[in-house]
This record gives sequence, C-alpha cells and structure tokens, in this order.
Amino acid sequence: MAERDLRAVSTATNPDIDAAGFTADSAVSSIAIAAPAAPAGKPEGFSVVGKSTPKVNSFAAVTGAAIFADDVILPRMLHGKLLRSTKPHARLIKVDCSRALELPGVVAVATGADLPVRYGILPSSPDETVLAYDTVRYVGDPIAAVVADDELTAEEALDLIDVTYEPLPSIMTIDAALRDDLPQIHENPRRTNNVHKEVHLEFGDMAAGYAAADRIFEDEYFFEGNTHAPMEEHSVVAALGADSKLTIWASTQTPHYLHRIAAQVLEMPASRIRVIAPPVGGGFGGKTEPFAHELVAAYLACKTGRPVKITLTRQEVFYAHRGRHPVKMRIKTGVKRDGTITACHLQTWLDGGAYGSYGVATTYYTGALSTVTYKIPAYKFDGCRVFTNKPPCGPKRGHGTTQPRFAFECHLDAIADVLGIDAAEYRRRIAVDPHSTTVNGLRITSCGLRECIDAATKRTDYAAKRARRQKGKGIGIAASSYLCGAGLAVYWNEMPHSGAIVKVDRGGGVTVFCGTSECGQGSEHMLAAIVAETLGIDVMDVRVCSGDTDLTPVDLGSYSSRVTFMAGNAARQAAARVRSQIADVAAAKLGIAVDRVGFALRRVFDVDKPENAMNFLEAAQATEAKLGTIAGVGSYAPPPGIAGDFKGSGVGPSPAYSYSACVAEVDVDLETGAVTVEKITLAHDVGRAINPDSVEGQIEGGVYMGLGEALMEEQIFRAGEHKIPNLLDYKTPTILDMPPVESIIIETDDAEGPFGAKEAGQGPLNPVIPAIANAVADAIGARVYSTPVTPEKVLKALDAASGGVLRLRKPAAVPTPREPVAP
Amino acid sequence: MSVAPPKVLLAMRVNGADVECAFSPSKTLLEVVREDLGLTGTKHGCEMGHCGACTVLVDGVPVLSCLELAVEAEAREVTTVEGLARGAEMHPVQAAFAECGAAQCGYCTPGFLMSAAALLDGAEGRTLTQPEIAEALAGNLCRCTGYTKIIEAVALANRRMAEQNRG
Repeated sequence: MAERDLRAVSTATNPDIDAAGFTADSAVSSIAIAAPAAPAGKPEGFSVVGKSTPKVNSFAAVTGAAIFADDVILPRMLHGKLLRSTKPHARLIKVDCSRALELPGVVAVATGADLPVRYGILPSSPDETVLAYDTVRYVGDPIAAVVADDELTAEEALDLIDVTYEPLPSIMTIDAALRDDLPQIHENPRRTNNVHKEVHLEFGDMAAGYAAADRIFEDEYFFEGNTHAPMEEHSVVAALGADSKLTIWASTQTPHYLHRIAAQVLEMPASRIRVIAPPVGGGFGGKTEPFAHELVAAYLACKTGRPVKITLTRQEVFYAHRGRHPVKMRIKTGVKRDGTITACHLQTWLDGGAYGSYGVATTYYTGALSTVTYKIPAYKFDGCRVFTNKPPCGPKRGHGTTQPRFAFECHLDAIADVLGIDAAEYRRRIAVDPHSTTVNGLRITSCGLRECIDAATKRTDYAAKRARRQKGKGIGIAASSYLCGAGLAVYWNEMPHSGAIVKVDRGGGVTVFCGTSECGQGSEHMLAAIVAETLGIDVMDVRVCSGDTDLTPVDLGSYSSRVTFMAGNAARQAAARVRSQIADVAAAKLGIAVDRVGFALRRVFDVDKPENAMNFLEAAQATEAKLGTIAGVGSYAPPPGIAGDFKGSGVGPSPAYSYSACVAEVDVDLETGAVTVEKITLAHDVGRAINPDSVEGQIEGGVYMGLGEALMEEQIFRAGEHKIPNLLDYKTPTILDMPPVESIIIETDDAEGPFGAKEAGQGPLNPVIPAIANAVADAIGARVYSTPVTPEKVLKALDAASGGVLRLRKPAAVPTPREPVAP
Repeated sequence: MSVAPPKVLLAMRVNGADVECAFSPSKTLLEVVREDLGLTGTKHGCEMGHCGACTVLVDGVPVLSCLELAVEAEAREVTTVEGLARGAEMHPVQAAFAECGAAQCGYCTPGFLMSAAALLDGAEGRTLTQPEIAEALAGNLCRCTGYTKIIEAVALANRRMAEQNRG
C-alpha cells in the first residue's frame, strides 16, 4: 500500500485502529488496548473498520465473472422489445398487433389493455400503466411489447404494429405547463393547467426576519435537466417456474419496491414472486423504480411459459430517464451586515416530464434541506412541479437538493461579495452547529461542516489564490449537506427500513443476508466489513447474500444514501447478537467475565490478557455445540422525533446528515469561454470511513458527476424529441476531462451510525457544481446563472459584464478567402 | 424461426483456444462473444462505438466489438476479459484494479481492462506517463469512478510489470 502515493488522503480524527495497535499481521499477543479509544461494544478496538482493503466483490468485477441482469441466459429464453411512441402527446386511437403476430418467430405481444393496473413508485401519484392504452405522453412512452425467439425478430415485429395517433398539443416547458389553455397531460378536474404538485411551507417569522435584515438579496437561477447515463443499459429476465412461482432478475436499485409493484400490476400474490437484484451496472438513482420493460417481461413470461429477457438500447435508456429535474429557482434572503441570515424565501418550479415518478418527494426535497447546511431562522418554501411531454424526471444522485444547492451557493457568493466577506469565511460563520434543530424541525446530530471548509481551504491555499485576482483564473468554494437515508419509506408502514441475518457456518465462514442492491457504491463490502469487525474476522471470511426477496430480509434499496447507515446498522445488530452468543460460551471457556471478551484477527480473547485466547472457529463450534445453530437477526428503523409536525414533514428527516465542502480551481479561456477545471479539492464528513478507499471512490465519483453537470451534461429537446439520446452527443466527461481530485475524509464519529459511519454516495456531488460556478465567476468577474456553464454562456456573461460591446462582436474585418495555391 | 440470415460456421482463436462457432453473419463480434460463446464478461453500453464497454483485443489490438462483424474475426486471435488471467493468476492490471478500487459497479471494467492491458503489454516494462495512460483509455467511459483510481491502477500495474521485467 505504501507505493500508492498518487493520492492524498487525510483523516481529521485519528481512527482507533492505530491506538489499538492492530495491523493486518500483528499477533494476538501484541495487541495493546487503548481503552478510551474503544468504541461502544468493541472493547478490543477496530481491526477492520478504517482499513482500505479491496472490496469483497471486486474480484468478480475484474475478471468478468460478475453476472449482471443481461448476463442471465436461460434455456428457451425469448427476447422482448418495446414499441415506443413517436409522438410527444397524442391520443392512441388504434394499436393493432395482428401483423406482428404473424411474423415467424414472434411468440406473443402485449398492449396497454393487458396490464390495466395503474401504479406509481409513490402511492400518492399512481399515474402510470405498464403500456399506454389511451394516451401517449412523451416520445419514447411504451405502447406495446413483442417477444420472439430472438432479438432481431422482435425488433422487426415492432415495424409491423399499426398505431394510429391523434396528436395533441405538446407541452415542453414549465411556462407552457402553467398555462390554462392547453390540454392536460394527466386529467385533473381540480386544476386547469399541468401542475402536478404544489408545496407551500413557512417556518419562523418571515416578516420579522426581513424587517431585521440590513440588506435583502434576490436572485434567479436555472438548473438544466440531465440524466444518469449508467453504463449498464437497464435489463430484465423473468421466468415462471412449473410451480407457478415467478422470478425476476432486474437491474434495480430497489428490489423490494419492484417486488411490491410487480405483485400489484400482475395481480399475483407477492409470495409467488421473487425479485433478484444482480449487481447493478451503475444506478445513480436511475434504477430506483419499476419500469415498463420489467413488468411487461414478467407478464409475458407468465403468458408464454418461457423466460423473457428485455434489455433496453442506449436510446431507450435516455427515454426511461427518471433523472435530474430541470428547476427554476428564485431566492430572496435577508441578511445582517455581518452576513447572518434573518429570513429566506425559496421558490422552485420543477419540470417533471410526463409522469409522477418520485416527483412529489423531489418537489419537497428542493426545499427541505436548505436549512441543514446554514442557519436560517425564518424560512419559506414554495415548490411547484409540472407535467411536460418529456421523459419522466425522478431522482438522480442528490435528489432534488442538487439544484437549490447550486442556486443557494451562488447566491451566497453574491451576498458575500457585496458585504465584503470572504466566501469561505462567510460559510464558516453561518454554518449550522452540531446537535441543533433547524427551523423546519430537522434534527442535526454530528456535523463536521466547519472542519470540511477549513480542511478544503487550507489544503488549496484558498486565501492566497482568492486574493490574486488574475483574470481567467478562478477559485470557488461551496458547501452542502445530505441525508443518510430518508426518514420514511416510500409507502407508509411501521416495519423496519432494513433487516439483516448473520449466520455462522461450522467451518468458521459467516454469511450476511440483506436485501441491499449493490450498484457500485460498495454496499457488499460495507456489509462484510461491519460483520467482520463485529466478529473479529477477515472481510474475506464473510459471504454477502444480497438483493433477493426470497432469501434476504427487506432493505428498502439503494437510494437516499441510506444503505451504510440503515443496512449497516441492521447488519451490525445481527452480528452483535451472534457475537453475544459466542462471547457467552467463550467467556466460560476462557474463565473471564463476558464483557472482557474481545474479537479480532480470527481470535476470541481476553482483552486484558490477549494471550488467553481461542480461535474464532473453535469458539464458533463450541457455541454451536452448546446453543445450537448460530444466527442473529438485526433490523433498523430511524428513531422517532427526527421530524417536525406538519404536512410534508416526512421529506427531509434523516437519522444523520453528511457534510461536504468543495474548492474548485478553474482556468477560463476569455476568448472562447471554455472552462478547464484544474483541480477539485473536496472534504467530506463521512462520520467514520469504514473503508477509506471506498469513501474516496465515492468522493471522486461525485466530483466527476458534478463536473459533468456543471460543464456539459444536459437533457435537451427539440420539436418534442430528445435531441441527443446517445453517449456521443450527450456529453459526459471522459478521462481527459477529469481534473486531479484531492479527497479529504473528515470523521465526526456519528453516535448513531454503524461504527460512527455516515453516507458518502451522494453528498459529495452537491457542492461541486456551485464550486465550479463560483470559481468561473471569480475568474471572469461575471456570473452564469444556469447550468451547464457552457462556453457560450461564459461569453454572454462576459459580454453582459462589459456592457455588451466587447464579446460576441463581429470580427472587425472578414479575411478574404485565398485561392488555393497550386502545388 | 428468425428473420436473421442463415448461419455461417467460423473458426477463430478465442482466449487461446481454437473455437468453431455457427452464427448469423449479420451478428457483431460483441453479440457472438456474449451470446454464442457465452463470454458475458464483455459488456455493451451503446452498440454504437461511443462508450468502449465492449472493448476486446483482436490480434492484441483493442477493438470495439459492437462495431466489428464477427465474420471479420475469422482465423484471428480474440481476447476477452475472461482470457486476461493466466490460469488462476490475474493479469497485473486486474489485480491492480481490485486493489485500488478502480472498479465500482464494474460494468465498464472489462472494457477498461482490455484497453489498459493492450497498453501495458505493449509498453514492455517502460514507465508510462499519466497522459499516455489517459490517452489510451480516452475511448472508455465510466460513470462511477471519476477515472482517478483507474489511472492509479494502471500506473500501479505498469510499475509492477516493470519490476517483473527487471526481475
């Protein structure tokens, strides 16, 4: 590991591992216990947590052995294709599949009428059917499905389906959706426009807040929509057994929600359906709800009695979407001369696309977390989501908080500038305090925001660079916070959010069963590490069985950055129960009190006298002999009392919040407007890094995705159609666009997190976009108020700042084309 | 029944073994490798040559298998991710990817490994610069890692292979 010096990492607080004297190959007799550093329930200190080791699932990943959904190949398997709407908005007059059915090789078809049950990932907006049956609402809306002996035949058959449309006016913008004179995309007699959801919330005394302000600032911003573009195109295989049980392998981040909705839509008992989530080839929020291809594959597998596979093309992935909402934002903030915020009013308008998806939650999220980063004593939020004839928007990494974070961090820079306060110092000054409650009733526990700001600015020599004022060179800062799991499930219930079972094999191997979905964030390794730490064994001694509704207890899924905190706590509890059984038996064997039994390095020992030890295998066998089969169950639900008491208070609460600060350094070409990000430094309060390499990986991935959103990614439309539904024209950063990233891990040891851990999957993305925008503003002395910050917008901002005469001017003289010179 | 043209029988070398395979001549190398040879380690991300997930080596040169007709591989040496390891021993770049955390979801990984292996094997122990590594991998997209640990892993494999060469 010593040779890996390409990266720079630091930890603000020293993990206990060193204090406890553990190294990978230290003998049990050399353990020195530093009692004050020992975490609760771990008198022996850490032996796994805090160490960077290869992820337990990385070996399958690097050998091609990992089986993703599209790699599942079954005997007699049929291949399916979806016919998708070519109109953005139309009545479906006729869908006739008879010619398609006549094509040799075609086995079955399905249309909207076959699957009439309406559903939605949120019970509050059940506005989808698997296939459209009276209206199509965007180009790409699924209309019919064909299954055939092979993919080519299925595709050919799509051309033989006759569809008659009656076009309706299409609604492609937020402004059009707010009009009263256009048809409704979803019929709603209570409204005359295409508003899907409105939220109006007010906390504290707004009038008094503005009255107490020395200055009031008002700004408008726009965040362009963009998409996840996971490398894996969504895929599903469904098969009905002779026992009438249906199995669905799907690239899903939420196998439990797919299980529930498949039962509803197929009108089958959930007990007859098994959903398996193989490794997901990238999710980022894009695979968190049931999709048409999954449900229709299941239906056609039942109808034909043969396994059915449907894998989306890249173009279809752009249509499936459920990505970042375009959001218009207006912010009005009252501040004292020293920058103290006295009141803040945030208004958001979300372009939701054609269906509800998670949009009600997204709408709340554009307002809910504003108060978790900085102190805001009076806060008003008005959110409005509209339907448009575009692929439905949903959650993307940072779900609904990314857009207002961009706006608010740009807004803060503008305030700091006028008040003459340094942007970093300003954020430090107004940062929330640990163990406080926000004006909208959110409970903040551990909080390393100031430490993040300090670490990022110190590491970058921010103050000196900020002072240099060299046109074209810029440095910018932004900060943010994020959830460690949503406080509520997407459907109301009183059951745990996550469950785990830990079982010990007679050979000393340990298996953890948990319904998580591994989508690259490292959940398998996290579960293995937590169980290994609790039982004092090696991570490679732990087998993880995840994402299988028949075998694993429910975990709600890989969304809202919930898995480490929630599944981690469930696994920790399950493992702790196993540990307690083994400790009881080992204590008797070792002749010591049970609270002196330690577990580390595959040994069970007396923490006061480590040479008094037995190995883990002996201890496990002695326990099984005495107590019978060794297993423990664990579950986790967020504690009560973490939310306010008002309608809508369910969105925003989380058992903990992570904090990040990002410093971006940019170079802007004043002639072309091109922005080159030279370096990103990001400090993230992760509570405790269970595997520091994985945390860094999440930070680097968040920086990368933020960079794409800041500079190039945009989901845009022309004449009702997605303009660029492919990976060449939809620009994502390549390896050549990626700047050096310095990750700084801040540890605050969250009291409720598993071994102190919080999230790292989403939080680090949020400050990147405004940090880059603020750095560009620093470089050019003018601001771009929307994402992505393209060269064109940079030139326009420069033009506006210089009175509109210097930039975008016509060349003084157009050179005369020269005749080609003869060779 | 199928609308596809009748199958052809082709001989090629795949991962060091002679194979015969019957497939429709309209199939891409990617489709034949995955569907007819069962080597599902090679992935698809766009079928248009944009993303690099389907990269395999043909006669040691990285090729986008989604753009190559399988019939073009006749009598040539095709290497997929399954053929990178020597027996139970992983290629140094595979070991480095695991060790550095260069694979997150792992879906783009086989493509990166093939591009990187061609670069590393071609370097014959010479130390590669970071721009050289980045240039060789610029046709492979990854949405998870931010590429940072991928570059780190390739550099690590390069150092180890150089040491082996010297040793």
